[in-house]
Amino acid sequence: MAVNIRFELKLGMATREAFGRALVELGRENKDVVAVDADLSKSTFTHLFAKEFPERFVSCGIAEANMVGVAAGLALHGKIPFAASFSCFLLNKGFEQLRVTVAYPKVNVKLVGTHSGISIGEDGPSQMSVEEISLACSLAGFVVLAPADEVATTALVRAAAAHVGPVFIRTGRPKVPVIYPPAQRFEIGKAIEVIPGSDVSIIANGLLVAEAIRARQALEAEGVSARVIDMHTVKPLDREAIRRAAAETGAIVVAEEHLVDSGLGVRVAQAVAELGPCPMEFIGIQDTYAESGSPDALLDKYGLRSRNIVDAAHKVLARKR
Amino acid sequence: MTGAAKSGHPGGSLSAVEILVTLYYGVMRHDPSNPEWPDRDRFILSKGHGCPVLYAVLAECGYAPIDQLKTLRQLGSPYQGHPDRRFLPVLEASTGSLGQGLSLAMGMGFAARLNHSPSRTYVVLGDGEIQEGQIWEAAMFGAFHKIDNVVAIVDYNKIQLDGFVKDIMELEPLAAKWRAFGWHVIELDGHHIPALQAAFAEAAAVRGKPTVVIAHTVKGKGVSFMENNPKFHGITPTQEEVALALKELE
Repeated sequence: MAVNIRFELKLGMATREAFGRALVELGRENKDVVAVDADLSKSTFTHLFAKEFPERFVSCGIAEANMVGVAAGLALHGKIPFAASFSCFLLNKGFEQLRVTVAYPKVNVKLVGTHSGISIGEDGPSQMSVEEISLACSLAGFVVLAPADEVATTALVRAAAAHVGPVFIRTGRPKVPVIYPPAQRFEIGKAIEVIPGSDVSIIANGLLVAEAIRARQALEAEGVSARVIDMHTVKPLDREAIRRAAAETGAIVVAEEHLVDSGLGVRVAQAVAELGPCPMEFIGIQDTYAESGSPDALLDKYGLRSRNIVDAAHKVLARKR
Repeated sequence: MTGAAKSGHPGGSLSAVEILVTLYYGVMRHDPSNPEWPDRDRFILSKGHGCPVLYAVLAECGYAPIDQLKTLRQLGSPYQGHPDRRFLPVLEASTGSLGQGLSLAMGMGFAARLNHSPSRTYVVLGDGEIQEGQIWEAAMFGAFHKIDNVVAIVDYNKIQLDGFVKDIMELEPLAAKWRAFGWHVIELDGHHIPALQAAFAEAAAVRGKPTVVIAHTVKGKGVSFMENNPKFHGITPTQEEVALALKELE
């Protein structure tokens, strides 16, 4: 079912802030929800939770490995811990702990990575996370979510809390356009067809959903009907939405703010290969690390804009014919 | 068990026998007829490779099938090569990658306090294991958050895989390190059950800080040719050696 999209996208809050606010709501409803943080609460917005529920806020200092272990211990004792940090620190410094103390014993820990992708801007590559979708998806049994706006983030944080098992949620630093109406429903593993279309499908998540919508408008002016799909759940993938996109539009562009050879695109391509091959193009960060700069300048330079999606659509349509 | 499995870690299992027996028989609050009792005390074997002793104790207590102990490390056995909750749900944690159990214990201790539960958590660390940096992250956490319902026991048998701890990465002054990290420290002979019982009673009375019991032990304890022999960290005895060992242990 397509969303009735408002085409002039208005800027809303950052997905990290939407997470922080949703966590407070969850905390009010369920006393077992706890927040675990590693000296970045003002950036991850868990400080909102800390202010309202100081006794349920677990400060770990700058020690991500221990933070993941503590979160697992809390979960094993019946709590629902949300451990948050920058995506790069959480996944890279905590990876071994995520593997052995969370993923393999299937412990009910929720991980929230903020400052994902290159759109963090000026801080540069040491703080940027361009590989965490790959890392999170390589943890067997993990659910991996990449919401596009504040509405999606709020809904998916709640869905993560209700899900029994490990979940990773990818959020970002900059304010992002509001895509969905407040009442939009989200289900883990169920993609959303944001705009219907019949000539080509653009499958995106996170920041790139808004770019895909803009690309869709540009393509429409050329007489091309593009379907925009928000693949907010990277794992488990909505294979049925992918099968239909391949069968019904016969051409797919995947767009993401992540290394292009290890994120959403390759996972969609695997599904397409199995379910009914069609020409595909991929938008993402090439095999490189970015640099300092404004988020807009970086998205321009590293090819993550609607015009890049339009170019990719032209290419894939040419191959389709 | 390790002899039957033809692989495993016999030396580090034998050094921790008295520690686990003391905990499971009289110190820990647990009920084999109600393994999911929310207020039970928790036990984590952070040095997961020492699991044969844990399996034996759990089986003796009635938590796990005693007749399957010799299936250790076989396909489908509840007694996996390292503790695995998927195959033996009574285990409080899956372990095996060193350095992680103390963090788990800290989370459990924090949760027990939030729940106003009397549950206490005991975690056995290997001596070589505490060379891992995560242990000291967790140690800082425990003192800062005043996690006084957790007791760590260092099975200080002085041997790790490659040889003697002092030759690989010396830990001394070990008690001073834990004290500096804000822990209550008790040092004792880890094979002396009354001393262990007294230490756990002392730890239960400490308020505002976690306790570490530095248990001086002998690797391969009770088997003359295994005692203090680094060879038996990760090498199992032959059939002849098993027969000899069992005779000595009787």
